Amino acid sequence: MSANINVIKNATCTFCGCVCDDMILSVDEEAKRIIKSKNACVLGRAWFAEHTIDEAAPAALIDGQPASLDEAIEQAAQTLARARFPIIYGLSDTTCEAQRQAVAIADISRGNIDTTTSVCHGPSGLAFQGVGESTMTLGEVKNRADLVIYWGGNPAESHPRHFGRYAVTAKGMFTPKGKKDRTVVVVDVRKTPSAPAANHFVQVKPGKDFELLWALRALLKGRSLAENIEAITGVSQQVMQMLVEMMRNCRYGVLFFGMGLTMTRGRHFNSGALLALATDLNEYTHFVAKPVRGHGNVTGADNVLSWQTGYPFGVNFSRGFPRFNPGEFTTVDVLAKQDADAALIIASDPAANFPRAAIDHLSNIPVICLDTKETLTSRLAHVAFRTATYGINTTGTVYRMDDVPITLRKVYDSPFPTDEEILTAIKQRVQELVQARSESSHIVRRADADEQMTAAMP
Amino acid sequence: MPTNMLLVPGRSKQQGTTLNKGKLKADYQQVTSTVEMSQEDMQHLGFSEGDRLRLSNAIGEAIVTCTAGTGLPAGMLFIPYGPQSSQLMESDTAGSGMPLSKHLAVDVEKISSIQPVT
Repeated sequence: MSANINVIKNATCTFCGCVCDDMILSVDEEAKRIIKSKNACVLGRAWFAEHTIDEAAPAALIDGQPASLDEAIEQAAQTLARARFPIIYGLSDTTCEAQRQAVAIADISRGNIDTTTSVCHGPSGLAFQGVGESTMTLGEVKNRADLVIYWGGNPAESHPRHFGRYAVTAKGMFTPKGKKDRTVVVVDVRKTPSAPAANHFVQVKPGKDFELLWALRALLKGRSLAENIEAITGVSQQVMQMLVEMMRNCRYGVLFFGMGLTMTRGRHFNSGALLALATDLNEYTHFVAKPVRGHGNVTGADNVLSWQTGYPFGVNFSRGFPRFNPGEFTTVDVLAKQDADAALIIASDPAANFPRAAIDHLSNIPVICLDTKETLTSRLAHVAFRTATYGINTTGTVYRMDDVPITLRKVYDSPFPTDEEILTAIKQRVQELVQARSESSHIVRRADADEQMTAAMP
Repeated sequence: MPTNMLLVPGRSKQQGTTLNKGKLKADYQQVTSTVEMSQEDMQHLGFSEGDRLRLSNAIGEAIVTCTAGTGLPAGMLFIPYGPQSSQLMESDTAGSGMPLSKHLAVDVEKISSIQPVT
């Protein structure tokens, strides 16, 4: 450890969607390491402690061989400009500024752009469009919520500070005693490590979330339930009635929901049922619902795509204007159906996380990859860029899971370029190539027309 | 004779911390190749801690290590998300963009009682 320790206050952890911006980081400037991360959770501590810079690593590889940045940018641009169905995917672990450049590349190359949302809370995005969202900020939850329900999620392991900073033990203006001022419910198919934080744990049968949510809606509206509802859902009518009474009589209720709803049978219907329940409850009290988002800026990806294209994910520009169609323009589908003929993957590792058929096709097309570390995707890439880590080596903007934008504070410099710099350079070169192609095809068309006219002349 | 069980991939703290070390590192590979099963199911099926199991379905198969987990109902397995769980996910998204990634029906069989040398 060197004597040159720099302390950075109010830094931001971008590991998960909580985006905690109260980090106090001690940085060994010579070793380029964060040696202490005060206020971070176990995941945040690992995020900062494991962030090292391998200065010997090349900033760019072409087919596994070190290359200059200029060569790699040229290869990447040529690949995207030449492709008939280029896809852009990832984006949930980079800044909004980089995401904007990615949207521009999709637009210019008439490609397809999608984010990790499609395999995360994409179904919730569909449900928002169908049902609407009774929403809030996490600050409101901290200050006001007296009933907190986690449904199909395990924040104790995936978002460890969600309880302490925002929703369970956090002390707020109208919740001065923290946990004592709240009732907490966890609904899940298994008794996760989040269950002990709850006053009530409700174990639903796998794949029966929709049925339970619909039953709660029915009870709330005074309808009677089928006698076999307990056999179907695994939850007794007595427990359902208790939940309904708690929800109806609370002052400010919140439903946080996770991928136990979106990744299971029913998908957007499950999320939609939960959102509809929150809406129904507003006839009696103030009730809100919010998906618990995973990656540090997946919410920013939804926002940037929405304000730039009108749609949150799964957007296609092949006709020269944006079209949205999950199942057709979402990345698992365009890969598994072998539509894509080139891929630009940013801050994501689909080669590790996607279904086999999608990975197989990804292995058969030219891939351009931007990541801070070597991954399975970067290993199969035609062009691989090593970039600086957002929130540690770069500034920029990210969105917390409640759509609150937060400006990142750079902690120390990296020798590697940012995602935004690489994507901006690729965008400019793709623009030049597409324009040159357009002009040359215009010249060819003019020449063809002249030839036809000459031939037609007597 | 394989037993049919329900596999729930999900996040875990260990998965999150080893992810930061690197997905190509042994720690991450080990965490995402370890499946949790209730003590009762392990006893019933004759499995022991550290047994190597094959999980398979119509999509593919994954070779994992068995460990006792808590909070799991009978017939349910938990595995941290990773390359192994992806082997069992189908690519059909039913027009939603989202492949079914939890509640995967899998056949479970023991292939070895010896832990691999790491």
